[in-house]
Amino acid sequence: MVEALTIVLAAGLTRGWRSALIGVAAATVTLAVVVAALGPALTLVPLNALRLVVGALLLVFGLQWLRKAILRSSGFKALHDEDEIYARQLREAETAPRDERARIDWYGFTLSFKGVFLEGLEVAFIVLTFGSTQGSIPLAAGGAAAAIVLVTAVGVLVRAPLARVPENTMKFAVGIMLTTFGIFWSTEGAGGHWPGGDAAILGVLAFVVLWSAALVAMLRRRRERPAIA
Amino acid sequence: MKHVVAFGRFWWDFIIGDDWLAAAGVAVALAATALVATWWILPPAVAIVLAVSLRRATAHS
Repeated sequence: MVEALTIVLAAGLTRGWRSALIGVAAATVTLAVVVAALGPALTLVPLNALRLVVGALLLVFGLQWLRKAILRSSGFKALHDEDEIYARQLREAETAPRDERARIDWYGFTLSFKGVFLEGLEVAFIVLTFGSTQGSIPLAAGGAAAAIVLVTAVGVLVRAPLARVPENTMKFAVGIMLTTFGIFWSTEGAGGHWPGGDAAILGVLAFVVLWSAALVAMLRRRRERPAIA
Repeated sequence: MKHVVAFGRFWWDFIIGDDWLAAAGVAVALAATALVATWWILPPAVAIVLAVSLRRATAHS
């Protein structure tokens, strides 16, 4: 969402707010339609099958996030620099030719739409998977909406990219949560029973956190080794 | 046909990402979990998959 805000700010300031905000609205409506269409369909799937499929998807998706967050934390991958991304987006948006139809600058519209839709798709995916397995998509959607309102409000107040947000720490946390729930639900969906029932999720969480921290430490050591030698 | 391929590639990148071997490892571990119907296979399997995936990502760094 922080990345989407950066893109929308760049589009709004260089191409005009009208086109950028129409792009945001169109992407938000599209995402809402995706959630509204898939949500009820998912509730019809038997719970164990749902947990297996959703858990597996969450796990694969979460491992992607975790892998990138570990690579960033250990210095093997550059941290996202929102200021740099913002400056690049501004440069590109300023030099792009103007294509205005129906009082909409299509470059600004497309830039905003793509930014919000692609970033929002990750949120929609999390809302659908968490909501469907816990039997409350509206509650999950409400949580996501609250986060969107918060990021938008901060963006409007400071009118700058949220460069100071500890983005990798947040992504690390999301990767850990997705991986934890992915392990928990897909195991249950595959027929495994956790000792201690739902409380086992805390054990899985601790395991994922400790293993991730160990991997960060190992990679940091490996990265520092050539410099010492 | 081009659009179908592009659509498929988008979802592949979105879900699987740049390390298909990690997704394959998860699939194998889940199949083993379903066969034995137990909880203790997936956590260590995920730990190994993550470590191997990171090793592959940093091999040439």
